[in-house]
Amino acid sequence: MWWTRLKALIIKELLAILRDPRGRLILIGPPILQLVIFSYAATLEVKNIDVLVLNQDSGAWSQELVNRIAGAPTFRSIERVGSPDALRARIDAQQAIAAIHIGPTFSRDIAAGRPADLQIILDGRRSNAAQIVAGYLNQIVNQLSAEIGAGARGAGQAVTVVPRNWFNQNLIFQWFMVPNLVAAIALLIGLVVTALSIARERELGTFDQLMVSPLRTHEILIGKVIPPMIIGTFHMTIYILAAVFIFGVPLRGSLLMLYGSSIFYLLSVVGVGLFISALSMTQQQAILGAFLFMVPAMLLSGFATPIENMPDWLQPITYASPLRYFLVIVRGVFLKDLPFNEAMNNTIPLAIIAFLTLAAAAWLFRRRME
Amino acid sequence: MGEEFVRLSDVTKRFGSAPPALDAVSGSIRGGEITGLIGPDGAGKTTLIRLMTGLILPDSGVIEVLGFDTQKNPAGIQASIGYMPQRFGLYEDLSVQENLDLYADLRGLPLAERPAVFDELLTFTDLKRFTGRLAGKLSGGMKQKLGLACALLKKPRLLLLDEPGVGVDPISRRDLWTMVEDLTREGIGVLWSTAYLDEAEACDRVLLLNEGKLLFTGTPSGLTGRVDGRVFKLGGIEGRRRPILTKVLDQKGVVDGVIQGEAIRLVLDAPEPQGWKATDVAGRAAALSPAAPRFEDAFVDMLGGGPGGESKLADAAIPRDQNEGRAVIEARGLTKRFGDFTAASDITFSIPRGQIFGLLGPNGAGKSTTFKMLCGLLKPTEGEGRVAGFDLRHDTAEARNRLGYMAQKFSLYGDLSVAQNLAFFAGVYGLSGARKRERITLMTDIFDFRSILGMSAKDLPLGLKQRLALACAVLHEPEALFLDEPTSGVDPITRREFWTHINGLVEKGVTVLVTTHFMDEAEYCDRISLIYRGRSIALGSPDELKASVAGKDIPDPTMEDAFIALVQNSDLAETA
Amino acid sequence: MSTEAPPTGRARRFAALVRKESLQVIRDPSSILIAFVLPLILLVIFGYGVSLDATRTRIGLVIEDATPIAQDLAASFQASRYFEVAVGRDRRDFEEDLILGRVRGIVVIPASFADVGAAGGSPQIQVNVDGSDPNTANFVQNYAQGVVGTWMAQRAAEMAMRPPPISVEQRFWFNPELASRNFLVPGSIAIVMTLVGTLLTSLVVAREWERGTMEAMMATPVAAAELLAGKILPYFILGLVSMSLCVLIAVFVFGVPFRGSVLALYALSASFLMPALGQGLLISAATKNQFLASQLALLSAFLPAFLLSGFLFEISSMPWIIRMITTIVPARYLIPSLQSVFVAGDIWPMFLRSIAVMLTIGAVLFILAARSTRKRIA
Repeated sequence: MWWTRLKALIIKELLAILRDPRGRLILIGPPILQLVIFSYAATLEVKNIDVLVLNQDSGAWSQELVNRIAGAPTFRSIERVGSPDALRARIDAQQAIAAIHIGPTFSRDIAAGRPADLQIILDGRRSNAAQIVAGYLNQIVNQLSAEIGAGARGAGQAVTVVPRNWFNQNLIFQWFMVPNLVAAIALLIGLVVTALSIARERELGTFDQLMVSPLRTHEILIGKVIPPMIIGTFHMTIYILAAVFIFGVPLRGSLLMLYGSSIFYLLSVVGVGLFISALSMTQQQAILGAFLFMVPAMLLSGFATPIENMPDWLQPITYASPLRYFLVIVRGVFLKDLPFNEAMNNTIPLAIIAFLTLAAAAWLFRRRME
Repeated sequence: MGEEFVRLSDVTKRFGSAPPALDAVSGSIRGGEITGLIGPDGAGKTTLIRLMTGLILPDSGVIEVLGFDTQKNPAGIQASIGYMPQRFGLYEDLSVQENLDLYADLRGLPLAERPAVFDELLTFTDLKRFTGRLAGKLSGGMKQKLGLACALLKKPRLLLLDEPGVGVDPISRRDLWTMVEDLTREGIGVLWSTAYLDEAEACDRVLLLNEGKLLFTGTPSGLTGRVDGRVFKLGGIEGRRRPILTKVLDQKGVVDGVIQGEAIRLVLDAPEPQGWKATDVAGRAAALSPAAPRFEDAFVDMLGGGPGGESKLADAAIPRDQNEGRAVIEARGLTKRFGDFTAASDITFSIPRGQIFGLLGPNGAGKSTTFKMLCGLLKPTEGEGRVAGFDLRHDTAEARNRLGYMAQKFSLYGDLSVAQNLAFFAGVYGLSGARKRERITLMTDIFDFRSILGMSAKDLPLGLKQRLALACAVLHEPEALFLDEPTSGVDPITRREFWTHINGLVEKGVTVLVTTHFMDEAEYCDRISLIYRGRSIALGSPDELKASVAGKDIPDPTMEDAFIALVQNSDLAETA
Repeated sequence: MSTEAPPTGRARRFAALVRKESLQVIRDPSSILIAFVLPLILLVIFGYGVSLDATRTRIGLVIEDATPIAQDLAASFQASRYFEVAVGRDRRDFEEDLILGRVRGIVVIPASFADVGAAGGSPQIQVNVDGSDPNTANFVQNYAQGVVGTWMAQRAAEMAMRPPPISVEQRFWFNPELASRNFLVPGSIAIVMTLVGTLLTSLVVAREWERGTMEAMMATPVAAAELLAGKILPYFILGLVSMSLCVLIAVFVFGVPFRGSVLALYALSASFLMPALGQGLLISAATKNQFLASQLALLSAFLPAFLLSGFLFEISSMPWIIRMITTIVPARYLIPSLQSVFVAGDIWPMFLRSIAVMLTIGAVLFILAARSTRKRIA
């Protein structure tokens, strides 16, 4: 009996979202666009760099240096400027992110065995990119420096750093971003869909109809919880398939574990959505409320930047974001073959968030009926 | 006769590939008169009004409003009309005064005139006490008055009112009518669109629309003249009225019939019954006496008569034992307080099996609160409500399975198709497998849904929505039906069909609690409780209530007279 | 009031629309949330939380070589302000930590380190990084290079050997301490204005269509242009107020420098609000439905402002087709200019170009919005 009722409610919820062609479009179009744009645009790599050169030296070494920079694949163009003022103006207008200033005695100093001065100027307004560019330039300069040194002294003492990238040998950014998106998409869509579900029925007046029906409060809640979870699982599956077959991200861990913990993740997202829905009087409030949770939850999850970079007092707040835990699981399962224990450690907090938010939603929901 | 304010010549408007919403309509609206725009749902009333405002343009034909062509000079029209759309156009999060200020500014009412105009309109609409209240918190009747006040701010020359009477109680409607009548004396032209035919009757002229075509234009008496001598009252009925009505409606030549207190009102296709006698169908004492024709009689006659008396829905219902004697719905001292405001106070009544009980009362008087407490949507502060012996707030799903509920807005899922709505409600009420299929097929056949099963509920015309809502409410064969203004905004033909089904079900032992603003619907009730200011001020059968106010002034009061008199008496007692 | 000359009908209608809209904003807690609370949250997050600079990254340091020279290099790592170092003897000690993300890299000074050096070879150290986060991986590599470079220079000086032939001096202009806050906070102000301008505006106009108040408005003498302008002005002001609040907090609470002029700040912000509002109006006129409007605003305004504006991600690194798309994202023009106003100062040639582009996009959007909001309801 209860199953008949619940099934009817779940089917109704799914139809309410999917029957309208515009609704279907919203559930299919944006996720695909987001996948494409996020995975290609959201890259912290720095490529196609434009660099300025102010070369006041006429010797061979400065020429060698410039040639080496021009030859590096990450640099797109090298523009020579004639004066410090011109350099300044171009950096100001963000026409280049970095500039190299080679002094007039550069080649002579090297030849004479004196330390030759070289200035690298970077646009600190974009501090992240600037640091990465500085890293590239330093590497080129160090290489040259080492060769000069080696030439002068024979076998030198230079220590070489041999980098080795685990899990992602070529540091392909999409291997990082696409698994992140698997987790984020459920939050982006699931939250709004759930947040609207009760608010919409309230606005349209169908809510009373549900309340007088034999459905119990908990059945209504379950009926509201399951459809967004189905939709979330669908989106995740599409993204996982795209990750493996389009982006070639290796899937090293257990899919079963991923789906297992995704149940708790989706439950926690839907729990938050229902809580917002129970709190809102109108659809507008539900949408904006969902947004108000979503943006910080994304930013504080470690999605784009590591949580360990955040100040200590802020880090506890990140415990409230379900995305935080699930990101560890998704990334781990894809790239690292995450051990079962660690997956559990990150699933338990999800279960707790789900329990708390769903209980709060149920309580609010009952209280609103008084 | 006033000057012609609106001239329609051969106006046609289509939306998409559907049959035209308006088909070659010609006519006029004059100043200093109330012109009624009458027709069933989906007849094209709203489209015609929007065309007059210049908000949409006709596909062909010309509309001239106050000398301006709507195609060429909509701004000229919009500057000198007042328009109240169906949803009143109020900003719910602004207060009454702020709404007035907004529209005063938009319509360019000079500052100097404002205090006087506001004062006049607020007095006129009796909203003075509520100027600070948010429009969203007003009752339906008050919203409608405020909507009217906003439309009247700068004395328009032409006032367009789109179904101003929907969902509004008789007192508010009568107030509104008086206000509008006053306006016509100043030469203003008024177009009043409505599905309430008692309103139509009071108009100076009417335009009768059906399926986009103009069927009649002229004075209401011109229309009622069509049924002169064919309207009768069947009195002296023995036994229950409802089965007799069913029988009468199936007699040859009976165009229309409705219950009116203890009697039945009939429209025949000839001045005499053809081939049957009153005594054959209604018992030895029964007799037909001529009655004054009303607009509604003529309207139904013109549209080809009401539905027959048989309800397939009721035929398919299993009869329930009626002699149980136990009350099915019971209210015992129901009281609800919101803060220090008492919305309902000590409401007590009981409804035995197989009866229709009506809750009547002005908007905001507490009837909705009472209704909601009984069906378990609100928790009473004191007292209790029981349905079939259960308190719905605590008792199980099985208890709720015994009741059917149909709300004002018909509460269907607009994004779902007709079939999906039926399947959803069947499922929610625990029907499954063969039984579910059987009930859904039955509903589909009875209500003739076959051709529209795939349509979205939100795209259905109002009448069909209401049928679907009824089908969903009775799918699980409930013992008790809760109907909250079940025919709000629906035209008389659909309304008759609806009551045919309800009457049939009641005869099979279903118990009904209904709230309504239609006084003719109140006549269908076995007993009525009139709720006013949170209290039940009168309880009895329709005829008892009418008799209680009969006197020198009104020897033969209608239900509406009774309603108004009882409310006024209560006010007098209060002030005394 | 009575002493003033009566304003013209048009002016008064306009004032009435603006007043109505403002009252609605004030009454609905959700608009306040979006206009004031969310900006605060964003600012705090970008001011404190989201930092792309990997300061004190946890690494494991495996010292397989017990010679003093290896110990000396290890000490350099431990002293580095970029690393929080856990020391071990065997790289397997840290492998699990790397998988679990407890350390971001493992630096190995191999057993042969000193021997290779003594034999005149070039000693190697290994830096194993967690490639599952490529950005952090890059930083760890670069910092490790830096530590080694500095160490070598020091040793050279100590041993009175010749210094490295080229000495590099790095200068980060405008933001020498490399606080990512200094460019994230100005960027988040653009996001805030996108939210107020596009998301909120599209929702409120869609709501008017949903509730039928638009129909009543249109049947009054109000012209369509007045109706649009009356919608825009309150949100324009709200956007500027919200922006000003952000700037005050950024400067006085987060200590972000403000080297440009207030004039430039407002000129840029006002120009940016034009396309933002135009987009909001266009979305609502096209959808007339709050759910769809919110989704479209999210997709076409919020995400581009976040992703395609150069706020977090370098536009130059994107594939060309996405670079093309970014040219019509107004935030792309605002964000670099706004960053300059904060940390660099007034660079008017750049500002004027940005303003011109933003106003052009705005004009196109307004024309489209006005065309779809003619005084017709069907």
